[in-house]
Amino acid sequence: MVSPMFIEDDLSFFQRIAKLNYWLITLIFFVAGVGIASLYSAAGGSMEPWASRQLMRFGVGIIGMVFIALVDIKWWYRLTWPTYFLGLGLLLIVELKGHVGMGAQRWIDLGFMQLQPSELMKIAVVMAIARHFHGASPEQARRLSFLIVPALVILAPVSLVLLQPDLGTSLMIIMAGAAMMFMAGAPIWLFIAAIGLVGVSIPIIWQFLHEYQKQRVITFLNPESDPLGSGYHIIQSKIAIGSGGVEGKGFLQGTQSHLNFLPEKQTDFIFTLWVEEWGLFGGIGLLILFLLIFISALRTSLRCKHNFGKYIALGVSVNFSLYIFINISMVMGLIPVVGAPLPLVSYGGTSMLAAFVGFGLMMSCGVYRHSKVTR
Amino acid sequence: MLQNDLSEKIFSRRAFFIGGLQLLGLSILGVRLAWLQIAQGSRYKTLSDKNRINIKMLAPSRGDIVDRFGVPLAINTQNYRVLIVPEQVDDLHGALRVLQKIIHVEEYDIKQVIKDAARTAKFIPLKIKDDLTWEEVAKIEVNLPDLPGLSIDVGDVRTYPYRGATAHIVGYVRSVSQKDLTDDPILRLPGFKIGKTGIEKTYDLDLRGKVGALEVEVNVIGREVRELKRKDALAGSRITLSIDGELQRFTQKILSQHKSASAVIMDAHSGAIYAMASHPSFDPNMFVRGLSQEKWQTMMDDPALPQTNKAIAGQYPPGSTFKMITALAGLKAGIINKHTTVFCSGYYEYGNDKFHCWKKHGHGKVNLYDALAQSCDTYFYKMSTDVGINAIADMARKFGLGAKLNFELTDEKAGLITDKKWKRTRFGKSWYHGETIVSSIGQGGMRTTPLQLAVMTARMVNGGRAVKPWLTGYSGDNFIGKDNWNDMGISPEHLKMVMHGMDMVVNNEKGTAHASAIEEAAWKMGGKTGTAQVQRITKEQRRLGVKNADLPWAQRHHALFVGYAPIDNPRYVCSVVVEHGVGGSSAAAPLAKELLRQTQLRDPAITQMQPEFIKDVGILQVWPPKKPGVNTVIGGG
Repeated sequence: MVSPMFIEDDLSFFQRIAKLNYWLITLIFFVAGVGIASLYSAAGGSMEPWASRQLMRFGVGIIGMVFIALVDIKWWYRLTWPTYFLGLGLLLIVELKGHVGMGAQRWIDLGFMQLQPSELMKIAVVMAIARHFHGASPEQARRLSFLIVPALVILAPVSLVLLQPDLGTSLMIIMAGAAMMFMAGAPIWLFIAAIGLVGVSIPIIWQFLHEYQKQRVITFLNPESDPLGSGYHIIQSKIAIGSGGVEGKGFLQGTQSHLNFLPEKQTDFIFTLWVEEWGLFGGIGLLILFLLIFISALRTSLRCKHNFGKYIALGVSVNFSLYIFINISMVMGLIPVVGAPLPLVSYGGTSMLAAFVGFGLMMSCGVYRHSKVTR
Repeated sequence: MLQNDLSEKIFSRRAFFIGGLQLLGLSILGVRLAWLQIAQGSRYKTLSDKNRINIKMLAPSRGDIVDRFGVPLAINTQNYRVLIVPEQVDDLHGALRVLQKIIHVEEYDIKQVIKDAARTAKFIPLKIKDDLTWEEVAKIEVNLPDLPGLSIDVGDVRTYPYRGATAHIVGYVRSVSQKDLTDDPILRLPGFKIGKTGIEKTYDLDLRGKVGALEVEVNVIGREVRELKRKDALAGSRITLSIDGELQRFTQKILSQHKSASAVIMDAHSGAIYAMASHPSFDPNMFVRGLSQEKWQTMMDDPALPQTNKAIAGQYPPGSTFKMITALAGLKAGIINKHTTVFCSGYYEYGNDKFHCWKKHGHGKVNLYDALAQSCDTYFYKMSTDVGINAIADMARKFGLGAKLNFELTDEKAGLITDKKWKRTRFGKSWYHGETIVSSIGQGGMRTTPLQLAVMTARMVNGGRAVKPWLTGYSGDNFIGKDNWNDMGISPEHLKMVMHGMDMVVNNEKGTAHASAIEEAAWKMGGKTGTAQVQRITKEQRRLGVKNADLPWAQRHHALFVGYAPIDNPRYVCSVVVEHGVGGSSAAAPLAKELLRQTQLRDPAITQMQPEFIKDVGILQVWPPKKPGVNTVIGGG
């Protein structure tokens, strides 16, 4: 056996470059390409104001991702808790004096970009839980007391995000965290119990929901009830998607989106614009790209020799897939409008930043899959 | 390592489970996407098109109405309007005030614009004033740089160059009223007009044309983004009338000598109407451009009914013009022949009743020709006793009296031919013989329209063919006139005798219309005068010898004349009714002379009607008419 003896630290810079997951990078290029093309179309066939900036961020993001990928995973292991607490701190700052946007306080203005700490927090939670379970024995993982820390790791940011209030992100953090615990070996009954508990608590949670959140759920259940009000977005989005048909209306020909029937076409409803113009072929093609990314992540995870890497790779993938499911289900009217971007595709700095950080970590797990990560 | 293997195994299992969930999730999304785009695709496609496509109707331009030479009788002229787009001005009120300094704008219109602006989207142009004069247009154009948001727009307005002369035939258009609305969306076009009377009404659908459509893409607030598809409106058909515009104008002018009169000039063989006038008339352009309450009231109060086309809606006792019918019935029944004579002593006695001839002391011994020429009543009184009312009424109906002729103008009236059956069904009473006697000279219950009288005359002089009148020769390029009529089976011999009598009416020195004979030999006319009592002459009046002309206007006799020309080869027939004109020979015959003379002068029948529009025919160029004997074709057709 050669591999255990192989020490990544001994790899030259070019050897590390060679070990990058080019398959994944190619997929990311394609997905981001879909996004830039759609933003070009959303602006009525113009690079301004969205596509050009998105392209710039993509360039910066790719470099950042490769940089993260080339840093030994054990360094990221060591930086886990500082990252987590930095994220939590930023969330607190947002809570204390955030920029008011979209009816909720979610941004920190860094001058060159508006940072949404909750996006970074999702990665930090993945890292923190991965670190917690790294090297833990199956017995340990099954012990309830061992689950207290990850529960706190999840609940601390969730409570802050809920205060913003951002139900969608809260639920995503909970689900990502739960998935992490599941893959790390937490007992199955816990998850069954949790699902049961959620079922019971829904009526209770309903009481605490904000009026606009309730409205979103109500209009989701019956969008036609208020076609010009809250249900408008869902109806218009479905019309746009449906009218695209199998072949789509053609690039730059998406009438619904161009004529402003579609709200926030460049951010949350970018998928709608894409499939209106490219049809079922385009839509399925994009879904296949996502599937290939999931497979790549799963392969990276399974081939990784250390648990931290395994958990990180799959955790990032789960996080990424949650975004995708929530965003696309929302625009197709499967779930209420929750305001989640489509990572790598939607216009927006933070979500892209978070995606590249996540993929960077995932690729680092690939490059340094033999790295000795010690507790 | 065992522990690690176990951990590895659990992780792999759970990782694959998570991978499976991801695959499941993507599959759900894929299925949902396919459902929306395939199964629901067409539904959403429709919704999407509805969302973005706004179909604007394009108004078709209304077809012209021209006379037989292509001279326009109803055309669209341009109406200049000044519009304002509210979103292009910062201060709407201020902008309107600036305009007010340049041209005169009513305060009411200013208020209307401001009111409209508050109700409609800001990018929709609003009309400030229409029917701008050239001067106003020029003033605005010059100042346009200082008038942001203002624009000049050209619209169609229906114009009738002949004004009152053709008002009763051509009719006029008006805005669509609530009760005119049908499913046809064209009626909801702003400013759309429909034919309300005359040919404008009868051929409204032909004249309208086909509405065009402009598909424009609109965004969510309804602003037009771009034009997608344009189907131009199809202009309405041009309607070519059998009318000779100048003859029509002449007829109208001739009639205006009297307070209320009407006349018809038609082709005895084809049935084409060359002129049909009713005096007084009105200017149809007033109705299109808006009529003041005052003018409207004046028209409504006029006892001569300017709005009524008396040529088709005026129902008069035919009087002596009916005598040819009685004669034909008598000839057919074999009661009389050309040798039959009657002694007229001034009256005819039947039972205890005395039926007076118009000539107090009688005509002496008269035959059929004398009876027609001198309009001897006694001759017909006596004959009617043997002929009977039913035979007379049958003959009258055969010649087009007492029933609608299915003429193209909708306000045509039927008139009335009375007989025994009519009286029984109408009043449930039996017929008195005295009524037959009165009916034989076209009095009593008999009612005819000038159009019917013209048709009657035409059928007498065209060899007994059942000609019917028509106005419209062409709708577009389709000939819809008619010139082939069935023989009614009247003996040519009888017709010849009647025509000889009518010749004598005018051309015999004893004839009642001799004073109105046409001098030119080639244009000589024949005809028959008629004087119809409006009310029965009382014994008192007869004893006192009250002159009818001295009675109040509404009690005077109607004056009638039916004529034809030229005498040898009849082509034109004419009927004239002068309401309360006192006497057929004094009031109606002179008009008929002028009309038939003028008709032959212009000789419209020699020019083949053509659907081509002759544009360069100035309306005034065809006036005054040519000299007699010179056959110039009007309009160079």
